[in-house]
Amino acid sequence: MAVDRFALTHLRALEAESIHIMREVVAEFSNPVMLYSIGKDSSVMVRLAQKAFFPGKIPFPLLHVDTTYKFSEMIEFRDRFVKEIGADLIVHTNRQAIADGANPFRLGTQKCCGLLKTRALLDALTEGGFDAAFGGARRDEEKSRAKERVYSFRDGFGQWDPKNQRPELWNLYNSRVDKGESIRVFPLSNWTELDVWQYIHVENIPIVPMYFAKEREMVVRGGSLIPVEQEIPLLPGEKPEMVLCRMRSLGCSPCTGAIRSDADTVPKIIQEMMLVRRSERENRVIDHDQEGSMEIKKREGYF
Amino acid sequence: MIGRLLYDSKGVYEDQIASMRKATVNQTAGAMDFSLLTDGLRAEREQGITIDVAYRYFSTPRRKFIIADTPGHEQYTRNMATGASTANLAIILIDARFGVLQQSRRHAFIASLLAIPHIAVAVNKMDLVDYREDVFEQIRADFEGFAEQLQIADAHFIPVSALLGDNVVDRSERMPWFKGAPLLEYLETVHISHDRNLTEMRFPVQYVIRPNLDFRGYAGQVASGVIRKGDTVMVLPSGRTSQVQKIVTYEGEIAQAYPPMSVTVCLEDEIDISRGDMLVPPLDAPYVSTRFEAMAVWMNAAPLEIGRTYLVKHLTQQVTASVTAIRYRTDVNTLEKQETDRLELNEIGAISIETRRPLFFDPYRRNRTTGAFILIDPITNSTLGAGMITDRETAAGRSAGSLLDAVRYEPGTGPRVTAGERFARAGHRAATVWLSGVEEIAYLAERKLFDHGCLVHVLAGETESHILPELARISNAAGLITICSVPVDDPQERERARGVVGEERFVTVDAAAIPGGVDAAAEAVCRKLEEQGIIRERRSDPFTGGDGI
Repeated sequence: MAVDRFALTHLRALEAESIHIMREVVAEFSNPVMLYSIGKDSSVMVRLAQKAFFPGKIPFPLLHVDTTYKFSEMIEFRDRFVKEIGADLIVHTNRQAIADGANPFRLGTQKCCGLLKTRALLDALTEGGFDAAFGGARRDEEKSRAKERVYSFRDGFGQWDPKNQRPELWNLYNSRVDKGESIRVFPLSNWTELDVWQYIHVENIPIVPMYFAKEREMVVRGGSLIPVEQEIPLLPGEKPEMVLCRMRSLGCSPCTGAIRSDADTVPKIIQEMMLVRRSERENRVIDHDQEGSMEIKKREGYF
Repeated sequence: MIGRLLYDSKGVYEDQIASMRKATVNQTAGAMDFSLLTDGLRAEREQGITIDVAYRYFSTPRRKFIIADTPGHEQYTRNMATGASTANLAIILIDARFGVLQQSRRHAFIASLLAIPHIAVAVNKMDLVDYREDVFEQIRADFEGFAEQLQIADAHFIPVSALLGDNVVDRSERMPWFKGAPLLEYLETVHISHDRNLTEMRFPVQYVIRPNLDFRGYAGQVASGVIRKGDTVMVLPSGRTSQVQKIVTYEGEIAQAYPPMSVTVCLEDEIDISRGDMLVPPLDAPYVSTRFEAMAVWMNAAPLEIGRTYLVKHLTQQVTASVTAIRYRTDVNTLEKQETDRLELNEIGAISIETRRPLFFDPYRRNRTTGAFILIDPITNSTLGAGMITDRETAAGRSAGSLLDAVRYEPGTGPRVTAGERFARAGHRAATVWLSGVEEIAYLAERKLFDHGCLVHVLAGETESHILPELARISNAAGLITICSVPVDDPQERERARGVVGEERFVTVDAAAIPGGVDAAAEAVCRKLEEQGIIRERRSDPFTGGDGI
């Protein structure tokens, strides 16, 4: 077989698709924003944005919805990273809910997420008058996301109607919205977790050190490893122990479990990924608090 | 089927299988219900059907796959079209017990309509027909007979049992008569790199990057063909030409870009270019027209009607349009063409469209990017339908230098021959060569160009020099290459001529600046026309020249 001179690796093809999507959004919307969660997918998304508008700067701000339950390592990383790349960062917190005592231990994870993530996100989007918001969600993450569009329409209340999604064909995206409505845009829709790691490796993209294995103080609860950070209430009989582990995905400290792992470099993580037999959001408590829970959260406006 | 493919190729995680097992227990089915893996929405799990397109991902050491899992019922034709729009390959499932049904025909028709380059026909449930070869062969013959009408380039047949795993990932021992590869192996090895159009360069401008006064780049994704540094490109719709100065990426400059690369192109000249414009080769331009014919798939409960105003999104343009005619509706089950004045939800038909501004397009069968568009409701903002532009010759014809003519062209009034048609017949653009030097050079160049197949003539000697520019302009309008021979280069005369003829068509050659004799100067004239993309490149010998395959 002749060597194909015009072949593109699958990572470069994904990259080209994501860049195309970002440029479409900037060209067609008046006020886009990028949701920045500090996680690995966000890091990849930011790199793609740098590429899409090179040699210009990223032409939209980054928005971090801070629940105040994020790990301190994440916040340190965020501030350093954003400064390095010269991006504009907006940090939004639902101060009212925090003042009223919202926390996952008292309210349960569903209510807590509703107030500190979903409500806060919707408020921040309304406050900024953003008509498009990039999110790093991938279709391979969770069942209900497999049917998500690249351009996901949200009504005036930021809500998703899965039965009434706009058909999406080829790479022709419908950007039409009325005042108050918006589009969540998912440029990483077609990336898998493995693609993300391979890209981080190939591109040498900085990520939060918590993704790498290290001895950490953990509470073992129901098969999950919960990091001891902030004041996590211990159940009877529980006591923290040092475990060699890493985070496979990053959320709020009370709701993000770690996995036992000795992968302390990106290549080792990729190797682990290729052997792993469990999905990445398995350690995210919120996905499992009830049947079809991600779909319900998304309908309400969660991203 | 998809579930089996994912499961056997280890594309499913243990916790997902465990949650699927948990759900299966609640129902009556005995074997594991793989559709629970892919039917992601609650309504679908409750009703046990796949409503929407679900995208699934898996990879093997050889290839990465994206599966668009679409429902097969007739009321989900639009979802099938959606899944098909980005597919390289379609897997069509045929139940071995029932053979080629209406449903199989419909699936094949949609795959063909959306021009999916490869079709794998999986004859499923072979376990229920005792793995009989004659059953499989009969289905193959039936399908091939039907597919003949459908322009399906590449169909591949495989007998499988998704339930038991025969010939899905692993070769079946129960069908030794089947010598072909199992489904997954076929998927891993089918050639897809040539599915792209690498011949006709199309670069739709998405966004202009202008971080400072020194940089002006046109950002876009190469739709087809190859764009190279130094190439002469024409900008649509202005028709102006320039050269590619550089192709910029975050990693640095690159020499060439091809689909689906997203790059930023800088041109040598300052030309006013904005989103919606397109860079193309001057001699290989797409159709430029406000009218075209298309096959449309209707996706909304409110029917498509003649005379209604819609928005067309095509490449990076969004324009107001109206449907001027519905030529026919195709019955998706029988392929019969029926007369109609509307297209209802999930119906497919041939329509004529007229847009407010011209679009730059190729027929969908030749170019799945520049031939596709969607229709949007200007009031509700819903995506209403999808269109595939058909080969039918359009009113404006294939055009390069005729853009304004194409816009103005009104059938039934004024000129009936457009500059685009003249271009198509002549095979070159019209131009004026302002040649200073002895007349002999002009006649030698004329001979060379004539031998190359050009419509060319010389204005010299007897012609009064002050009317030369006007005569050249008229000759150019007729599609000719006009060589104006003047004894010496008089800058004032030259610039006046440039103004009359127009920058786009004006080429200057000063023989005094060219070393060698008259022959070298004549050769320089031809070369300059090639460089500027007015004529096709001449090849040394049509019989030994290296362009063959």
